[in-house]
Amino acid sequence: MDKRNKEYWNSNLKIVSVLLVIWFLASFGFGILFSDLLDQIKIGGFKLGFWFAQQGSIYIFVILIFVYVYLMQKLDKKIAKEEDLDQ
Amino acid sequence: MSVQLLTYLFVGLSFALYIGIAIWSKAQSTNDFYVAGKDVHPVANGMATAADWMSAASFLSMAGLIAFLGKDGSVYLMGWTGGYVLLALLLAPYLRKFGKFTVPDFIGERYYSSFARKVAVLCLIFISFTYIAGQMRGVGIVFSRFLEVDIETGVIVGMAIVFFYAVLGGMKGITYTQVAQYCVLIFAYLVPAIFISILMTGNAIPQIGFGSTLVDSSTFLLDKLDQVTLELGFTEYTKNVKSNIDIFCITAALMFGTAGLPHVIVRFFTVPSVGDARKSAGYALIFIALLYTTAPAVSAFARMNLIDSIQDQSYSTAPQWFKNWEEIGLIAWQDKNDDGAIRYSSGNALEGTTPKYSEDRGKHGERLLENKPNQGNSNEVYIDRDIIVLANPEIAKLPGWVIALVAAGGLAAALSTAAGLLLVISSSISHDLLKKTYMPHITERQELRYARISAAIAIAIAGIFGIYPPAFVAQVVAFAFGLAAATFFPALFLGIFYKRLNKEGAIAGMLGGLIFTATYIIYFKFINPSLNVEEYWLMSISPEGIGSIGMLINFVLAVTISSLTKEPPREVYDMVDMIRKPS
Repeated sequence: MDKRNKEYWNSNLKIVSVLLVIWFLASFGFGILFSDLLDQIKIGGFKLGFWFAQQGSIYIFVILIFVYVYLMQKLDKKIAKEEDLDQ
Repeated sequence: MSVQLLTYLFVGLSFALYIGIAIWSKAQSTNDFYVAGKDVHPVANGMATAADWMSAASFLSMAGLIAFLGKDGSVYLMGWTGGYVLLALLLAPYLRKFGKFTVPDFIGERYYSSFARKVAVLCLIFISFTYIAGQMRGVGIVFSRFLEVDIETGVIVGMAIVFFYAVLGGMKGITYTQVAQYCVLIFAYLVPAIFISILMTGNAIPQIGFGSTLVDSSTFLLDKLDQVTLELGFTEYTKNVKSNIDIFCITAALMFGTAGLPHVIVRFFTVPSVGDARKSAGYALIFIALLYTTAPAVSAFARMNLIDSIQDQSYSTAPQWFKNWEEIGLIAWQDKNDDGAIRYSSGNALEGTTPKYSEDRGKHGERLLENKPNQGNSNEVYIDRDIIVLANPEIAKLPGWVIALVAAGGLAAALSTAAGLLLVISSSISHDLLKKTYMPHITERQELRYARISAAIAIAIAGIFGIYPPAFVAQVVAFAFGLAAATFFPALFLGIFYKRLNKEGAIAGMLGGLIFTATYIIYFKFINPSLNVEEYWLMSISPEGIGSIGMLINFVLAVTISSLTKEPPREVYDMVDMIRKPS
């Protein structure tokens, strides 16, 4: 029982850390630190770094939360199933 | 119908809707009053969270700020949306599982200390009142410009409406009015943005429009804007002025501050389950992103249009909106070179930060100023950034009903946020201070009555802020986010993810973060504002961004002091284990 809780928590931490790395790259990375570098690439009227800072990062944030919801739902189901098998 | 009549109609209809909802959703118990009975659907909660979150600042001020800041304005866009990722992944599901009523509740129980609870209540009240003052200014601006009533009358009407549904309905009333307010405000924001996008670029989607070419030309809008701003002596629109480290710290302070704001967190206490809390954060961010991705497009359009419509115009033939806003004191023109034409360029036009009008008129009919002209540059125009969103439809010559709609939307944004803030203030007083600390023997009915009384008192205080706005409203907004980042975020995050954190560590961390951040902001904003420039800042970090350093100090203090003092009791370990499990 305790072992399963630990396993659940570790999987949770793994999911959260991977998603937060992407979160950091999309905003602080592409939108701020490498923004000037990316500005040399142009897509339509947007310089890429400017686009990430004012548009792209926000779209990525939304996607990240829904990926998190999906992965956690899967994890919750898996754990619930294992618990059922025990009983 | 005149614009004013249309505005009365739209504002009147929306107010009638809010009151109707309030009567339908009256709170019966403290559970209803604090957390809407915990049965709000995640999509409805997402909308309510979006309205709760998007304040007068988001609706009225943000696009205007970005229009003048250009790429530097991205800090608001990323900062005020990225916080939701932190909230969804690190806080909301666990705090929902904890299953109590308020944020100080969690801090008090997790750190087994009524002192920690009181520190949390203090921070909460300070942060929330700071915020409310800004909402009331928004209500005042909309009323005085579009309905031509005194700011006092406007604020009192607004307060009466909020009083009605917040005191009667509590969280339940607020939740469902916020759903309605979200619909009003997003519609009001998108309609003019779409119109203007079509007019300027021929593309109906503003998010794509501002990366497109201008109508009848092969030049991209942003390229044109870069060129025009550069010619007028500004930095190019798509380039940063601030240093990277400052932009980094401001964005971080806004993100972590957002995740730590009590009135946002408490919205996730209202859904039925942990899974719903996660989903709800996702829906909230979609609803918020709809406005936040439109805003930078509005900014670019507005900057372009503004320059086009006033630059080098003679004052006597200047557009009517220019004169309307001058009448209520948010635009000023000083004919420095005495040629009767409006010359707009970079730099402050006037000495002193805001215009002081004299009673007299100049020879072109303009309002004369007591400020001396700033001879360091040739700019003749003062424009308050808060007017951009409201003036935008007029500048683009859109029909009257669009202008009326924007007024109703601005009020919806201001009132929905004010109501959410009032609720967390009143529940932290009636629940955390009275029921949990000083008057533990009161019954639920008495607690509910105290909750209503404190909501009423909080509304009255907020009203006074609206009528007599403290001159430093804009300055103290940095406070709200900086303090939330430096106090609440680490205490909540470590409370969930670091079991070993004990009460000594948490209290030291919160107080350390609070004192450091508050001192830095007070020093540069109030004691020595003349030193508030990059060369005197700590590691070139502005007061707006210092909350992120305050947060690091909090983390370091909390973990160090914890490891030197004794472990938290067994029950706390069990409680953390409990909130880490979703069911």
